[in-house]
Amino acid sequence: MSKVKKLLFSQKVAPFVFVLPFVLSLLIFWAYPLISGVIMSFQDINFGNRTFVGLDHYQKLFKDKFFITAVLNSVEYMFLTLVLMIPIPLLLAVLMESRLTKAKGVWKVIMYIPALTSVVISGMLFRMMFSEADGSQMNQLLAFFNQAPIAWLKTKWTAWIALLLLCMWRWTGVNMLYFVSGLKAIDTSLYESADIDGATAWQKFRYVTLPLIKPTTIYVITISVYAGLAMFLESFMLWNGNSSPKNIGLTIVGYLYKRGIEKNDLGYACAVGMVLMVIALIINIVQLVATGTFKKEES
Amino acid sequence: MKKRWLSIMMAAAMAATMPAAVMAEEEGEAEATAVTTVGPEDGTHFEMWSFVDAHNEFYGKMVELWNEQNPDKQINVTFSTYPYGDMHNKLMMSLQAGSGAPDMCDVEIGQFPNYTGDDCPLYPLTDALAPYEADCVTSRLDVYSKGDGTRIGVPTHVGASVMYWNAELLESYGLDYKSVKTWDDYTALGEALKEASNGEVYLTSVDTGGVDWMWIAMAEYGEDWTGGPDGEPNVELDSVKKMMTMQKQWLDDGIAMISTDGHVDLEAGFKNVSEGKIASFPKAMWYMSRFMNYMPEMEGKYDITTIPVFEEGQKNSVGIGGTGTVITQQCEAPELAAEWLTWAKLSKEGESYIWSVLGFDVCNSALWFDEDFAFDESNPYNTFFRCKPYEVLQELANNDAIGTVYTTSVSPTLNDYMCTTTLNEVFEDGMDIDEALAEAQEYLEMELM
Repeated sequence: MSKVKKLLFSQKVAPFVFVLPFVLSLLIFWAYPLISGVIMSFQDINFGNRTFVGLDHYQKLFKDKFFITAVLNSVEYMFLTLVLMIPIPLLLAVLMESRLTKAKGVWKVIMYIPALTSVVISGMLFRMMFSEADGSQMNQLLAFFNQAPIAWLKTKWTAWIALLLLCMWRWTGVNMLYFVSGLKAIDTSLYESADIDGATAWQKFRYVTLPLIKPTTIYVITISVYAGLAMFLESFMLWNGNSSPKNIGLTIVGYLYKRGIEKNDLGYACAVGMVLMVIALIINIVQLVATGTFKKEES
Repeated sequence: MKKRWLSIMMAAAMAATMPAAVMAEEEGEAEATAVTTVGPEDGTHFEMWSFVDAHNEFYGKMVELWNEQNPDKQINVTFSTYPYGDMHNKLMMSLQAGSGAPDMCDVEIGQFPNYTGDDCPLYPLTDALAPYEADCVTSRLDVYSKGDGTRIGVPTHVGASVMYWNAELLESYGLDYKSVKTWDDYTALGEALKEASNGEVYLTSVDTGGVDWMWIAMAEYGEDWTGGPDGEPNVELDSVKKMMTMQKQWLDDGIAMISTDGHVDLEAGFKNVSEGKIASFPKAMWYMSRFMNYMPEMEGKYDITTIPVFEEGQKNSVGIGGTGTVITQQCEAPELAAEWLTWAKLSKEGESYIWSVLGFDVCNSALWFDEDFAFDESNPYNTFFRCKPYEVLQELANNDAIGTVYTTSVSPTLNDYMCTTTLNEVFEDGMDIDEALAEAQEYLEMELM
């Protein structure tokens, strides 16, 4: 008893005891799968039998046009979500913090609700809204403007309208909340002094809000880059499965799932996963270096 | 100091649980939608999974019947029904991991090639199937076999493809569909229908998300794009080109429409059928159950015949779709399981349930000519349509008209490419057929390297 107590109260040991759960979960749920994923990407796996095939999977990957389509789709999707999902939520957050906005709590809740709904259900609703049938919501809307119905989910740009709308509908509220919390941390006296100096609303936004909210922006960009690259479920639900016409909705993770789970080729799927990891790492490191995150904080 | 540790702890706990929470939210637990146990508790226990609730109901009935007939071999089976994708993923993962698999499991034919590999831990059923082999449609047993011929799955139905006609609709325009024998006749009927209905009604709908039409064409010419169990895949077949060319012409001439959402076995397809937007379509016999379940208002309106041919004397049907039931090596009493399973699915007792309740064309072809079995008036399928479905089956059997297209290890890739890319390119974008097929072939060869 006393020994255990001594151990727990020891200044040297206690820190390790406290970080142990984190270290363990990191090792078991992060390091182990990562390492075994790397190893598996060099193997053929068939019901417990593993054979090393060297770089075969990687060589095949770069000739695989489905994979290339998947990478291009994912990168494009990530880029478009960044373009949409940083400025719009930021703007909404600024509006939300404005003195002129009434009933802020209500707006925040409304904006946040989509994030709480299941993608399975929202994907299904979007699939019905954008169905090629004459009676679908979108085609009825077109009919209202005397336009012919469109097979929304069969051509890329119309399908991507659905995909991006689904993404915006779902995540705008979340990103907005990040920005709201970032805005709350800005000292109001800065705005007051800007007012005294005669700054306009735009100048205040440009020279006070934007620089001071940078850490939040970097965080939101970092998670959005990964979320964009790793998108799968939205596309899976919108097309009711992993196959979309001419693969317009195929993403890297969708392809990983197709290979690993649907076609029972876990080795190849791991190679796909490795490429995803490398792309996400490169983009994020470039972004973090460019925004100066690794620089020592100026004192 | 204390506070700092507390905050680190909290942060660590949050970080540790975050991935788990995200996973749980994103993936969703694969929960069984229904779990039932049938049979006495002291009987030999088995676990069985399916992705169709009706299949499990049927198996449950067969367990009760078996226990009545075999007091010395009582069995007790727990049935779980999962959604299609979840069940196959769970089965695959549990076989890969070596534990957690059920004793028996339904596997859809499109997924089956994933399990036909040499190392796949499934129990061989060749011996258990032997007593039924002579009466069965052999091609249906072959599709659930390994490369070396070892049987590993018990079939549910033949899935013979036939032509469904909206007889009431065609008659209202004074058109005769019964004399259609060749695709040329069929096209001519389409022209007549277009004229009579002012283009309101299409003769049929062309699939961009399914390969049934191509299978029919291949069966007619005796070709197979998978190359069969030992051959090389080749999609640049004359039969496929002929079918695509003909279908493209129909679309250009306004005789046919493109199937809404890809094929007719979906909500949108049922709508086109029941609203009389299309007047006919070829589909496997199991599509009858779709009428029963989703389009009951079509009773008495639809007729079934054999499918037209390109040239007289060709075969005109092919087994499409299906479910093979397997026994895993993780089963502790596989002999008993195999004995029950083959009996449940292939004996006369089992087959009569499969026909009267599930509405399938049974694999035991000896029963097709058994009048009491085939034409029983109390079977709703015998009164729903304008003909007795087994009459069509008898005609197919008498002419030896059911061809075979194999489902091999290349099939998932091939079907996927056709349904996502080639068919869309040809029918939606108007791409040249030879070019589109050459592109598909190139992809397949890259895949197989």
